[in-house]
Amino acid sequence: MGGAYGRLAMGVTTTNEPAVRADNVWKVYGSGAAEVTALRDVSVALAGGRFTAVMGPSGSGKSTLMHCLAGLDTVTRGETRIGATRVTGLHDAALTRLRREQIGFIFQQFNLLPTLTARENILLPLAIAGRRPEPGWFDTVVDRVGLRDRLGHRPDQLSGGQQQRVACARALITRPQVVFADEPTGNLDSRSGADVLNFLSRSVREFGQTIVMVTHDPTAAAYADRVIFLADGTVVEDLAAPTADAVLETMKRLDTQGAAR
Amino acid sequence: MIRAALAGLRSRRLRMLLSALAIVLGVAFMSAALVVTDTLGRSLRDLYAGLHEDTQVQVTARQVLPGIGEDSATTPVPAALVRRVAAVTGVATATGVVSEDGARLVGADGKVIGTSFNRPRLGTNWTGERGSIRLRAGRAPTAPNEIAINAALARAARMQVGDRAAVLTQRPKQMFTVVGIVGYRGDRDSVGGAHQIAFHESVAAELMLGRPGVYSAVDVRAAPGVTPAVLRDRLRGALGDDVVVRTGDELRATQSESAREDLATITLILLAVGGIALFVGVFLILNTFSMVIAQRTRELALLRALGAHRRQVIGSVVVEAVLVGLVASAAGAAFGVGIAVLLPRLAGNTAVGDLGLSVATVPPAAVLTSVALGLAVTVVAAFGPALRASRVPPVAALRAISAVDRPLTRLTVTGAVIGAVGVALLVIAFADGTDDIPLGTVLGGVLASFVGAALLTPLIARPAVNLIGRLFAWSPPGRLGRLNAGRNPRRTASTAAALMVGIALVTAVNVVLTSATASFHGTAADYYRADLILTEPTSTGRPQTFDPAILDRIRALPGVAAATGVYDDLALTARGRTSIIAVDDIPAWWSTVKVEHVAGSLGPLAPDEVVADADTAADLDLQIGSPVTITFASGRSRTFTLVGTYRSDWSGGWLMPASVVPDLSRQQPSTGLVRLAAGASDADVRAQVTSLLADSPETVVTDPAGFVDIATGVFRTVLALLQVLLGVAMLIAALGVVNTLALSVLERTRELGLLRAVGLSRGQTVQLVTAEAVAISIFGALLGVVVGTGLGAAVARALRADGITELALPWTFLAAYLASGVVIGVLAATLPAVRAARTDVLRAIAQE
Repeated sequence: MGGAYGRLAMGVTTTNEPAVRADNVWKVYGSGAAEVTALRDVSVALAGGRFTAVMGPSGSGKSTLMHCLAGLDTVTRGETRIGATRVTGLHDAALTRLRREQIGFIFQQFNLLPTLTARENILLPLAIAGRRPEPGWFDTVVDRVGLRDRLGHRPDQLSGGQQQRVACARALITRPQVVFADEPTGNLDSRSGADVLNFLSRSVREFGQTIVMVTHDPTAAAYADRVIFLADGTVVEDLAAPTADAVLETMKRLDTQGAAR
Repeated sequence: MIRAALAGLRSRRLRMLLSALAIVLGVAFMSAALVVTDTLGRSLRDLYAGLHEDTQVQVTARQVLPGIGEDSATTPVPAALVRRVAAVTGVATATGVVSEDGARLVGADGKVIGTSFNRPRLGTNWTGERGSIRLRAGRAPTAPNEIAINAALARAARMQVGDRAAVLTQRPKQMFTVVGIVGYRGDRDSVGGAHQIAFHESVAAELMLGRPGVYSAVDVRAAPGVTPAVLRDRLRGALGDDVVVRTGDELRATQSESAREDLATITLILLAVGGIALFVGVFLILNTFSMVIAQRTRELALLRALGAHRRQVIGSVVVEAVLVGLVASAAGAAFGVGIAVLLPRLAGNTAVGDLGLSVATVPPAAVLTSVALGLAVTVVAAFGPALRASRVPPVAALRAISAVDRPLTRLTVTGAVIGAVGVALLVIAFADGTDDIPLGTVLGGVLASFVGAALLTPLIARPAVNLIGRLFAWSPPGRLGRLNAGRNPRRTASTAAALMVGIALVTAVNVVLTSATASFHGTAADYYRADLILTEPTSTGRPQTFDPAILDRIRALPGVAAATGVYDDLALTARGRTSIIAVDDIPAWWSTVKVEHVAGSLGPLAPDEVVADADTAADLDLQIGSPVTITFASGRSRTFTLVGTYRSDWSGGWLMPASVVPDLSRQQPSTGLVRLAAGASDADVRAQVTSLLADSPETVVTDPAGFVDIATGVFRTVLALLQVLLGVAMLIAALGVVNTLALSVLERTRELGLLRAVGLSRGQTVQLVTAEAVAISIFGALLGVVVGTGLGAAVARALRADGITELALPWTFLAAYLASGVVIGVLAATLPAVRAARTDVLRAIAQE
């Protein structure tokens, strides 16, 4: 494990500095008449070891926010940080290292490599980084996602839910500072989706994993510790310890407001 | 449908461009070959005809050894013939002409002045400003030690009137004074690049034909009112059958014929390059269309669901192929013709320029042929994918993933059957174990095995690439690249097969040539007991000779046990042409070579005794003591008694005493064999012999191994030429690798995005793509080397009777071919890899 990683991990546990933060972030696409402002002056601070959901209607900027936070997209103004690392302005090599060491991703489309077995897919980020899994951690993660008997299978031999659980295990295998999940249940039936969400919330509680999840599903959002609502590129609501009803309620209210505007 | 096809092409511009390049290159070579052949053909015809441009009627002796182009030795006519010709009614003048190749001027650096493209170095007698020849400076040679040289030679040798010049002829080196420079009508420096030295009448025959009182031909001019044809018939009537009478037109026609023969090889080589390029192009086109159709499966299914007929689907693909084929072939033809037309101009100031190339014209038939061929190749290659496209069921439009790996069964069965037939043919050919192997069967077997191997490539692609991929398995991106290379065995196989073709071809030839060289070295080492061999330094061109007086001086050297000069030539027996050697010291000769004594006595030989190899003697039903009549290049026939027979793997033919030398076409030895006395120092003697050869600059001192190296030099030339061919085939195959990789990068954008998201760096992305490319191209190179070695070994085995007794593999070359696979892989990966490394993670992931 690299020295920088160790220091950062310690920082998270000893201080209350946020694991992920955005400060006065603006994101503008295009220019002139075609200019679209996806994020306007967004500032959020997401605590470490918590499960945060980002919600909002289509075009609200929720995905853009996540992409900017994860360093997949650049911000027009403002800056984002992961732990003590300032993401904004990093070059490709540094971003690659950041993704390798401090970020895990879960996508809606599972995005597993079809040529690799489940085991190889889970270990892929470590293989790329030339690292070995921490002793016991691989087994812990695999048992937690319940894939012990599926490790030798290739993605096309797994169900959608199983594939997404492989993706979850892959995201956690590096013990990243933060896992970003982009509509992780979007392509799953409700039961498989519940499995994935259970796994995610347990990993927050049991491993202290920080998770940021973009979703439009109130039920999914209810698994989170905190829900941030975006509309028209700004944060409009911030719910702590949400229930599905509370989320639904907020969504309806925002919808009405949006329609009224 | 055409509009749809056009739109389709636009959207796949890059891919089509890459595969079209193969066709462009192939057609370019084809058309360039045809245009260059046409241009060269006319140039050579002009050039050959130029040697006789002013001839009306020519009388020559009936040639004993007719026609190997200009190389054949002239059978001379006696001087008396000139008077007989002059006496025939209708003859205005009859001039005895000496004109022979082999007058070699030694330059200031002691080296012989050469001509480009082996054009003749004519030695003639000065007969005044006859024909097109004109004195430019100085005067005519009027004494035996004076010469006039043509302007081209004067330029090459940097000589002027008044300079002293050393010249080699049928006689040892002699010094002359250059008294005149000549040119030709039309202010030309040479006739088609030939050099000319005009000697004084009194010595010309002796120098160029080996004896005085003879001529190469009698040049006849008709009296006013007599046509050449009429004069020819009169001369034939008056002179009888001993001579050949031809008009200038007939001579020029004959020369055109030999020009065509000279060209046949060049044409064949250029066409072969074009053919290979197009053949390799087939794989590329096939691959591209297969890929495109795989990508368009849903679109095609939608068309079918909307009511498109299967034939319409086929039609749309074929139209696309026709468009690509037409554009590529036209571009190729334009490119090829452009090069061919520019060539004579580019060559203007170089050696080629000396030939006086004609202005290139573009034969329309040639251009149309090459375009048609390119088009046909494209359409034929695209037809398979078109059929497959038409089989896409409408329901595929509704399925999410429709690209199903088709089973390889049919291909495998076909490949196995054809391959088995090939192997069976080879087995049959070699089964009886005799040396009498039917080469036709072997070549058929080789061809069938080749096609079978090509068809079986998809089957072995996955395991083979997997195995090769272990080379990069040390790095995680390498491991992923290896897996990617095995993902689409069909595509990998046809990409690799394109590479295989060229490498297999050149490997096979290399194996045969290396085996031949090794065999010759073995046989020669066994045959030659000489320590030193005097010989010409290259095996190309006309045989070079040295002063026989040197042999006596060599014999006189301390440390030399024996030395003999070898005069070789062709002669005529009842069975036709045969090779003969005359040696001036028979016992020395037998002490420098090792043969198996069969019957009779092997010497010493009386002036009318000969020895032959047992097969030649048996062929003529000769026993020891039988008389045998042999006709020499001079035209003289002599009867000998066969006194002995021998057998040898290396050498054969007639061995004769030195008394026949005056009747040979070259009266100086071409080879000398020297055996050292016991305890003599090789280096010392070699240095002394070398210094004795100072006046024979075309002869070097070597040993048996060096001698074989020289003799097999032509193999290296052939090989070098083939490697150029290989280069072209490889270039096209490399385009195929680029194409395949570009597609695989495109298809796997999402995967690349994901890999980047989980921490794959740009450098690692490049590694990943490169690993895939290298795995594919090593696979191709390996296939080529293996298949080529097998086929080469089969052919070498079939040629055992021709002296290829051992199989030797060119290991260095084989390694180089494999390495070239790696290089091609790395180079071909560059662009796709850079593109892959630039993958935008966000967009790749978002891509549906």
